[in-house]
Amino acid sequence: MTPAVKSSAAVQQSDVVLRYLRPHKKFPNLWCPGCGNGIVMSSLVRAIDKLGLAKDNVVLVSGIGCSSRMPVYLDFQALHTTHGRALAFATGVKFARPDLKVVVITGDGDCLSIGGNHLIHACRRNIDITTILINNYIYGMTGGQISPTTPSGSVSTTTPYGNMEKQFEACELAKGAGATFIARTTVYHTSQMDRMITEAIQHRGFSFVEVLSNCHTYYGRLNRLGQATALLRMFQEKAARGKAKSIIDEESKDMIVTGVLHRDDEKTELCDEYQKLLDSLSKGKA
Amino acid sequence: MTTTKHKVHVLTGNEAVATAAKLCRVQVVAAYPITPQSSVVETLSKIIEQGELKAEFVTVESEHSALAVCIAASTVGARVFTATSANGLAYMCEQVHWAAGARLPIVMGLANRAMAAPWSVLNDQQDSMTMRDAGWIQIFCRNNQEIFDTFVQAFKIAETVHVPVMVCYDGYILSHTVMPVEIPAQESVDAFLPPYKPHTILDPAHPRNLNPVTLADPRRNGDGELCHGYMELRYLHQEALLNAPAVITAVDQEYGKAFGRSWGGMAWGYQAEDAEILLMAAGSLCMEASVAVDRLRQEGIKAGVLGLRVYRPFPKKELIEATKNAKVVAVFDKSMSYGNEGPICADLKAALYGSGSAPIVHGYITGLGGRDVKYRHLMDAAKTSLTAANNGISTKASEWINCQI
Ligand SMILES: Cc1ncc(C[n+]2csc(CCOP(=O)(O)OP(=O)(O)O)c2C)c(N)n1
Repeated sequence: MTPAVKSSAAVQQSDVVLRYLRPHKKFPNLWCPGCGNGIVMSSLVRAIDKLGLAKDNVVLVSGIGCSSRMPVYLDFQALHTTHGRALAFATGVKFARPDLKVVVITGDGDCLSIGGNHLIHACRRNIDITTILINNYIYGMTGGQISPTTPSGSVSTTTPYGNMEKQFEACELAKGAGATFIARTTVYHTSQMDRMITEAIQHRGFSFVEVLSNCHTYYGRLNRLGQATALLRMFQEKAARGKAKSIIDEESKDMIVTGVLHRDDEKTELCDEYQKLLDSLSKGKA
Repeated sequence: MTTTKHKVHVLTGNEAVATAAKLCRVQVVAAYPITPQSSVVETLSKIIEQGELKAEFVTVESEHSALAVCIAASTVGARVFTATSANGLAYMCEQVHWAAGARLPIVMGLANRAMAAPWSVLNDQQDSMTMRDAGWIQIFCRNNQEIFDTFVQAFKIAETVHVPVMVCYDGYILSHTVMPVEIPAQESVDAFLPPYKPHTILDPAHPRNLNPVTLADPRRNGDGELCHGYMELRYLHQEALLNAPAVITAVDQEYGKAFGRSWGGMAWGYQAEDAEILLMAAGSLCMEASVAVDRLRQEGIKAGVLGLRVYRPFPKKELIEATKNAKVVAVFDKSMSYGNEGPICADLKAALYGSGSAPIVHGYITGLGGRDVKYRHLMDAAKTSLTAANNGISTKASEWINCQI
């Protein structure tokens, strides 16, 4: 055992996170002990810290849900909006202030059900926004109802005898709609997550990172999958890391393909296009 | 009387709603979860999946779709139900108007909650008030028994007048509070509420085109029949609402005969007959007002409660009658018509204008975003109003109770 070394590394890490927490914000937070949202929050902070972005040039935009509470705790510019609408608000921010880094934090309900329409159109426009979808397979905040990513057969409070619907494959959806950077990771794979989020923020265009996360309080309990650690172990065991050939693992649908799943650096970005248009019009006038 | 097989259960307001929907044999339920309505949906999904109710439960992706599903199902002849709160209702808005204009007998449960921004999950009545002009019937409940009974009545009212009904009950205060609720036997409910006979039905055997674009003036259709223009359809809608009080009152009385409980039809009073001052409100606040009235009476003040049960259609006739002997009416609104005053207060004043019944009306704004309302606040307000009235002060600006500014 080398506790001294370990703990100093841990302290260093948490120091980074502490520097980015909103001062005077009351803790403890809304998340259940062991919730994956905190892991994603730390990863986002490490990515932003690594990129050396000024706090006030980062805008976090979220809708409503447990995951969407994140901007409340972090000391960036924040827009806490209505359920499902984060991407619509974020588009407005980015278009008006293309110099700012805009990051959307969203849940599977927020992003894929009530806000699904905004997702596909943000992807289609290829606007320079980073979207982090925390997919915990369920509506956490309202008490564990079925979401568009609840696996078929799973129990939720609105499908007490199992979900008979098919679920969305969020990354495929984003790809089909035109997103130009797509990655998937899990709350178990934190260093991979740090890299994915860093790259996503660096990417010029619409970037989409799906983080599979644990809602042991509802999804885990209702489906008898155990506590947070059991769900993390599941992510560890099921993740097929490395060079992903496809978004879904065709051989074994049970595996989770992680990593950068799609990337297109050729496609033009919306704000750039708009600037070009403005430039050409003003040239025409001169 | 068919009350022999009833049972008393201890239920939350949301469970009372779900139980009523079950006994009313709704055929399609579509809803999207939102605090504090969520447990209605959860309870119903369980009832349906357990096979206790033969119905389709559609887990839609938003409230807008929830009401769209209900509209479609109602159009093909099903008895349908949905429930929501606050931003959910606001997000439905387009379909709320559609359901009314299409004259579909949809019944919605609304667990009243404050509107964002800023976010609040707690109670006030801004959500339903914002929808008051959409053409629905709006009924407010004061306790969980009234919620159950009103739901059973609501389907009968809606299916008679062909106007959708919103049953409003205060979020958390009723939705999450348990109370004894007498639940009648299924046979008794069946006897009271026969299966829905659709008045507008989309049926392949009789193809029709419902709700086509309507021009300003009446026109002949393809078959040469003269059809109503937009304004005529709207007039008929208003006429139906104006005729609804007779139906609402009759249904409430019929319910009383069948189950032993009536809730006052359009509006009700408590200690109101000889009251100098009436405390008027809608929903659970009336119960707090009843406590205030008892205490005021102990102090020798002739006070009474004027409970508004139905807000749309607005019971002008009943309110004129109920206020004619009072010196002053203190109206407690749990919502605001921003830039004006409390909506119930404004509507009461308009109803009384020129009617010959001319009590002084004072408005109070209270309980916004879950701010606690104590009977003491209501007593103080009543005393302020009575003193003002005795000093000849007939109008005063709305007062915000317990607002710490
Ligand atoms: C218009 C509207 N409908 C419903 C709600 C209620 N609501 C709040 S959060 C939520 C679901 C959140 O689920 P998800 O996006 O998966 O986030 P999680 O809580 O799981 O992180 C719902 C239905 C709302 N706030 N607004």
